[in-house]
Amino acid sequence: MARIIETNTTPWPTVDVDPVTLDVIENALQNARVQMDAILFRTAISPIIREQRDGFPVLTNRDGMMLAGQFGSPVDGFVDNYDGEVSEGDVLLTNDPYACQGAISHLNDWLFCMPVYYQGRLLGWTAMFGHMSDISGMTAASMPVTSSDLLQEGIVIPPVKIVSKGVLQKDLLRMAMRNSRTPDWNEADFFAILSACRTGAARLIEMADRFGPDVLVSAQDQLLKRNREAMRSLIVSTMPEKKVVFEDWICDDAMGFGPYKLGCEMWREGDKLIFDFTRTDPQSAGCVNFLLNERMFKMFCGQFMVNVYDPQIVLNDGYIDLIDVRIPKGTLLNPIAPAALNGRTHALGRIFDIISGLFGSANSDFLVAAGFSDSPHFMYSGFDKRDDWFLLFQIGFGGIPGKPGGDGPDGHSLWPKFRNVPNEYIEAYFPIRIDRFESLPDTGGPGKHRGGNGVRTEYVFEVEGEISIHDDRWLTYPWGVKGGEPGTRSRKLLVRATGEQEILPSKIDHIFVKPGDRLIFDTWGGGGWGDPLERDLDAIAYDVEAGLVTVEGARRYGAVVSADGVVDVAATEVLRAQMRAARPAPTAFNFGPPVEELRASCVAETGLQPPVDPKPSPIAIAWFRKQGKAAPLPQRHAAE
Amino acid sequence: MGLRVGVDVGGTFTDIFLLDESANKTFTAKVPSTPADPSEAVIAGIEKACRENGLDMADITHVMHGTTVATNAVLTGNGAAVGLIVTEGYRQVLHLARGFVPGALSGWINFVKGKPMAALKYTIEASERISAAGDVVRPLDEAKLRADLQRFKGSGIGSITISLMNSYVNAEHEKRVEAIVREELPDVSISVSSDTLPEMQEYERAITTVANAFVKPVVSRYVSNLKNNLEARTGEVKLSILRSDGGLATAASAADFPVNLLMSGPAGGVAGAIWVAKQAGFPNIITFDMGGTSTDVCLVEGGEAQVRRETVVHDVVVRASSVDVRTVGAGGGSIATVPELTKALRVGPQSAGAVPGPAAYNKGGTEPTVTDANVVLGYLPADARLGGDMTIRRDLALAAVQKTADALGLSVEAAAEGIIRIVNENMFGALRLVSVEQGYDPRNFSLMAFGGAGPLHANALGRLLQAWPVIVPRGPGVLCAAGDATTRLRDEASRTMIRTLDGIDLGELKSILDELEQRVRATLDVEGIPADQQEIIYQVDLRYAGQSADITVAVPPAEFAEHGLAKASERFDQLHEQMFNFSLDKAKELVNLRVIAQGPGANVGQIELAQGDGDVSRAAVHTTRVFDQGAWHEAIIYDRRKLLAGDRINGPAIVTELDSTTLILPGSHATVDTVGNLLIRDDR
Repeated sequence: MARIIETNTTPWPTVDVDPVTLDVIENALQNARVQMDAILFRTAISPIIREQRDGFPVLTNRDGMMLAGQFGSPVDGFVDNYDGEVSEGDVLLTNDPYACQGAISHLNDWLFCMPVYYQGRLLGWTAMFGHMSDISGMTAASMPVTSSDLLQEGIVIPPVKIVSKGVLQKDLLRMAMRNSRTPDWNEADFFAILSACRTGAARLIEMADRFGPDVLVSAQDQLLKRNREAMRSLIVSTMPEKKVVFEDWICDDAMGFGPYKLGCEMWREGDKLIFDFTRTDPQSAGCVNFLLNERMFKMFCGQFMVNVYDPQIVLNDGYIDLIDVRIPKGTLLNPIAPAALNGRTHALGRIFDIISGLFGSANSDFLVAAGFSDSPHFMYSGFDKRDDWFLLFQIGFGGIPGKPGGDGPDGHSLWPKFRNVPNEYIEAYFPIRIDRFESLPDTGGPGKHRGGNGVRTEYVFEVEGEISIHDDRWLTYPWGVKGGEPGTRSRKLLVRATGEQEILPSKIDHIFVKPGDRLIFDTWGGGGWGDPLERDLDAIAYDVEAGLVTVEGARRYGAVVSADGVVDVAATEVLRAQMRAARPAPTAFNFGPPVEELRASCVAETGLQPPVDPKPSPIAIAWFRKQGKAAPLPQRHAAE
Repeated sequence: MGLRVGVDVGGTFTDIFLLDESANKTFTAKVPSTPADPSEAVIAGIEKACRENGLDMADITHVMHGTTVATNAVLTGNGAAVGLIVTEGYRQVLHLARGFVPGALSGWINFVKGKPMAALKYTIEASERISAAGDVVRPLDEAKLRADLQRFKGSGIGSITISLMNSYVNAEHEKRVEAIVREELPDVSISVSSDTLPEMQEYERAITTVANAFVKPVVSRYVSNLKNNLEARTGEVKLSILRSDGGLATAASAADFPVNLLMSGPAGGVAGAIWVAKQAGFPNIITFDMGGTSTDVCLVEGGEAQVRRETVVHDVVVRASSVDVRTVGAGGGSIATVPELTKALRVGPQSAGAVPGPAAYNKGGTEPTVTDANVVLGYLPADARLGGDMTIRRDLALAAVQKTADALGLSVEAAAEGIIRIVNENMFGALRLVSVEQGYDPRNFSLMAFGGAGPLHANALGRLLQAWPVIVPRGPGVLCAAGDATTRLRDEASRTMIRTLDGIDLGELKSILDELEQRVRATLDVEGIPADQQEIIYQVDLRYAGQSADITVAVPPAEFAEHGLAKASERFDQLHEQMFNFSLDKAKELVNLRVIAQGPGANVGQIELAQGDGDVSRAAVHTTRVFDQGAWHEAIIYDRRKLLAGDRINGPAIVTELDSTTLILPGSHATVDTVGNLLIRDDR
């Protein structure tokens, strides 16, 4: 537990803040957060931060409650896990998910946390994390899919003071940078994040000057209260007391086990919303564990609700006591240390499908399809034509789910702020050519509003090197809702320069490639929303003429269309009537075939062996044995 | 000696500014705008100005103006049907764009994506490939291309753009495709990405080229109509159009590269502000142009506007230089709401627009707007004139703002004051964005307010920003026209060249710079500007190797000759430090080279105002009341036309003129300078 040193211990008085000042302060806090982002993206050097924008800022009050940001506050985790004094001018750093309650989810994310003082008193905190390109470990980019514990995944930095009373601890920095294959990128990104935190702090201090420190601090409390009240009425008015259950899957763990179930029950008691993850499978012996930070999860839920009901609401941590998250220890979402975490991107993404599934089951206003709930990774490293070592790391995009307001866009990002990296940039800086970059027709799930198409990227390697891939949804489907159908699954095909073809698993390390080898990297499509037979004919005609849906694919909407996009209305009416008569009544969710069927058809459909039911991990077995218990096995309930 | 004419086409009025350089005299005129064909009002205005001042139209030699014709074509989607030819595998380059979804986490739930500016149906793939090093990986399949081009015949596609992978390094395939399109489809106009924007990034290059082709027919038609109509009356004139970056383009260059005009309108406002600032003797200003639905702000240092390397029109972002005008959706028509769930007061981004407009305008609006709040607080007196004959209904404003008051549990005055404070805060955010966030201290700048609503909010924003004095110039439309008339002709040419600074071959660099210089000089030559009056500036975009954003550093040719890029490299470190609070001991990278040529500026005499006798009561209209900081105060309304140089007005006071109203708050005062600007300062 950190001891926070204040040279001025005068308590903050509570003063009246008129409602308008309150809104002005809320606005100013949001501006400060935007400025932190702007500094980071303009000055970071690694492609992952500068182009894909993997970094997130937070401003909190003095108790560490998030006032502006979108992933919840990491401050508690720091304060609980840092043993020592914290004073003005200090900046704390960690990348250890187990040392900050999962505020960051893998070692690549470096989290900075800075107390902000005003005249000797703690005023608040700023924090920001950013994805470091490489931090040592078994594979380039430090995200091995074959890791079995955290220490294989790179350098672990416990909470340390990287800046002490304003003085950068250069020795620590040197040590951290020595443990990277990309020290130049990391160092520039390090300073960019630090600069962003300092900018946030400077804005908070300016606000104290401008509004008066007492007004600012009292306003922070009121903003938290106001947000709590808004979320309280949203929860009470939209969420049922009756329990709803939702289950979804992570297809495999790169070691031949899977699928792993993520199961959750949700219900309301009074004004509290309870999420119980007891149905979730035990932790994996491999890397697909995800240490789910409760505050982050609460923030995801809040974001989802306000985006459906009132996107103008500015979220803060004020309502977190209204959500109760129960995740048993030893499960995939609360693994026992030092379980490997680097495949966490799949469960992290899938949590969004769980949230839409739960909320959609509870209240159909919330119903959206499953979608691009992941960030597929592609890594390529080796020595380039100048004999310099290189590392390319990319996050792929895919099909956004169908939703009440319209189609899911093709080949876009579900993550805020992310942008794809221009292929000309990649070709100029890395020994690779990208011969194809397009969304694949018919991969989005049909629906009244169709799911977005997944993306095909065709990489041609120009030098010898090694590749790694992280992806999922190759076995289970991105589901559709309200009669909408699932999107198609992901697929990776390696075509050797010799012409040989090899279907690659969706999670794989250490694939060696040669010049002229070609990787066809297909991501999955979003699920459809609503009955495809009710889809607007003009929209279908547009999709066909634009090449986003094929003539054959249009028949899944019951539409008879010519190749140049002319709809035969009469034939369409007949076909739709036939299809309506022949099909079963649409259900709320369409998951595609059940897991056992998917396993049975796996080799034929995917070219890959089906995964087998997960076994307990040695880390979990030992931990449970110490408690005098047996490690739990996966439970298989049918969804209620 | 010839006459120079500046024209500003506004939504309501078209303003004309005539400059007789030899006589050092200026003349102005104002006529109603003609939105269907803006050139009608331009001609009518010039005729009026000449008629009223006894000038001969035949003496006009130069006509310069900013236009929103290109902008409107993009906003209304009313441009050419554009076909696109891309490299095989990249058909969806515009459709996928950068894969960006706006908003926060789960923001995708509300995201509806528009269709690409060049239809996918008319996007075809050329089988060819050039590598990042410029080598031919796959030769162009000409037979296939010719066959595919048949699809465009009879399709209504009048314009074809060509944007192939890595053409910024080697344009050979683009040139060949262009030749084949010309043979197969002799009647279509063609835009080639390596001509429009020879820079890295396939999406940005493609969208910029397509946007250029999209607005080209509309702009060419407008420019040639205007030129013909003018010349029928004046004989030969040099017509120039204001570019987004604040320089003037020749009519020919404007018609060829209209993508450079997308911000021509806002650039006109900035050009006008620079002209006023020069006259008033304040070289460092931040412009604050608040209209009905949005507010534009821009930072001007040493008489030069900040320019950035992109232009944004609604959701279209192209790579073309534009004055760094930031827009925030806050204006007089912005609507105040109090959402049920949070009881927070929000202002905008929804706007009542011109119809139904603010409640006080009595055109059917009932929602409380910023204008209504200004009326309730007495800032916009019920007898103020708005562009002539529009009246203000205080009772309707009160009824509208009462809704906000009820929702918040406040008095109607407190609610109105709240609306003003919130909207001011939103605009303050934009003003900080161009100043503090770029490393500029606003205290070293003056705030220059214009636009219909700018002068009402300027004093309050001066206090938030601490940028004094707050300058409120006379007649904003005339100001833009004056800016147009006095701006310099400008052309620029650029090229991507990515090299680390250590290993750079200065000889190679110089030969590229020379080639770019020849191109921009040629543009000015055509306009008859002698070579010795053409000012040449080099610019280099630098960054730390691999960094995302580059910083543009100007390099005078003489400095380049003596020091190469050594000094520029030092200035880059300083700028990085200034903007981001740190610099790195790391290799730097050259990204783009640019050469800018500028013609000479016009000589403008001051429009002097007569010196007053110190007694401002001559301009007083009557007394009124304004509400500020929770209390009503007695205030005087002044008629701006009767103010003279040297006058001092103590706040609270209101100064009215034809198309705007200035509020001077209690605790502030305004003085009138020798050219008629109001200079507001705090008494504290």
